[in-house]
Amino acid sequence: MIEVRQLSKSFGPQLILEDVNLRIESGESAVIIGRSGGGKSVLIKHIIGLLQPDAGEVFVDGENITRMNERQLLRVRSKFGMVFQGAALFDSMTVAENVAFPLERKHQFTPGEIAKRVAAVLELVDLPGTEKKNPAELSGGMRKRVGLARAIVYEPQIVLYDEPTTGLDPIVSDSIDKLIIRVRDHLKVTSIVVTHDMRSARRVGNHVIMLHERKVYANCTPEKLFASADPVVRQFVDGVADE
Amino acid sequence: MNFLARTWVGEWLTGLGRLAVLTRDAVASCLTFKASRRDLLYQIYFIGIKSQAVVLVTGAFTGMVLTAQTYFQFHKVKMDTATLAVVGVSMCDELGPVLTALMVAGRVGAAIAAEIGTMRVTEQIDALRTLATHPVDYLVVPRLLASMIALPLLTIESIVLGIGSGYIVGTQLMGIDPTYLYFNMLKYTGDIDVVFGLVKSFVYGGIIALIGCYKGMTCGMGAEGVGRATTEAVVFSSITILIANFFLTLLLQRLYVLFWLS
Repeated sequence: MIEVRQLSKSFGPQLILEDVNLRIESGESAVIIGRSGGGKSVLIKHIIGLLQPDAGEVFVDGENITRMNERQLLRVRSKFGMVFQGAALFDSMTVAENVAFPLERKHQFTPGEIAKRVAAVLELVDLPGTEKKNPAELSGGMRKRVGLARAIVYEPQIVLYDEPTTGLDPIVSDSIDKLIIRVRDHLKVTSIVVTHDMRSARRVGNHVIMLHERKVYANCTPEKLFASADPVVRQFVDGVADE
Repeated sequence: MNFLARTWVGEWLTGLGRLAVLTRDAVASCLTFKASRRDLLYQIYFIGIKSQAVVLVTGAFTGMVLTAQTYFQFHKVKMDTATLAVVGVSMCDELGPVLTALMVAGRVGAAIAAEIGTMRVTEQIDALRTLATHPVDYLVVPRLLASMIALPLLTIESIVLGIGSGYIVGTQLMGIDPTYLYFNMLKYTGDIDVVFGLVKSFVYGGIIALIGCYKGMTCGMGAEGVGRATTEAVVFSSITILIANFFLTLLLQRLYVLFWLS
């Protein structure tokens, strides 16, 4: 269970998040939506402890992570997997080395076990046989899949996706959405997806959190959000620019 | 003006504080052996083996020019055979460690800052942290240890080559008596000069790695940020090495007098 209480964050004079409160239960598939620059990525980076809030607290399974130092956070982060917007693959390593990285750092597996797990997870993300490729040889969609494989290879309890379909064509976006659903159902993980792709939000989420003007504006089911008559929600859902 | 001074001083002090924290974390991590042996060996290869050409050329030509200049002055007072003694002491105490460190700072410090800076702007460092890996354990410690191991070895090479090339220039080009040249060099260059040089190079290895890593890990966003971090890593390491050299010389000399001569 993840709980964010009265979280505020600013960068220099610019206030990004103000008094944000939310709660995501274990096993849920939450989608965080909002306009570009609205603090969605900043919010999930607080959830995994990559950023420290100016005020407020973040609880992961009842533990307040805002008071932890970097070494204490490492233990909490082993519950998480994160897929970055640009995939953030280690460009000095092959696909297999990228995916094997978290397993090798744990020092609990033999090389044979690691190779088996890497092959299995690459199969799960529809990239079998790409072990020896370098990240530079992969397309945007393939890089995101490798990023997802690396994030789930050690079977985390929570997977965070930072704009997983941004910059991809509709067909690849659709395949990434299906992959997120497959991973959620296969591994029984809690998923938190940051996106401004409404089709993706409707498909992968069973709980939608909308950020607007630094705060949580809506926190409901996708059905309720898409049926809302609220002008701010409608404008975002319909993708209508300000006059 | 006051505001500018306050801002500059404030930034400088903040940077110094962050570098001190990074140093503390790196030393703590070194003591708990969190670095991977494979990463350490790769970094020793990158810093030590790949710097051979630049260090060998620097050492050889420094020894050669120092021999020539010393000979030109000593010849006026008929002290030709003391030429290599000056070269030996200078190479061991000062020129060997300092010039090797400056060359390695240019090659390795820049490479470390650029590599880690690129990892930062492409979120690879954040990815490391999400994979429950401390960036200091994975990125800083192997580079720090490798640099502190490789630099003394490179310095020894530079010293040997500098004295050797100086000997050849002295005997073959300047016509100095080889026996007296060699004997005087051994007489006036003590073991302690070599120890001073190695201690200095060990410290400079730490300075190069820590400043390179610090500049990479705190670099600004985008290509401009990485470029600036790379330049600053080289400039700050070089300046720090030159300043540290003066204080280390005084400190080591003081310690020598206190513990060895008393």
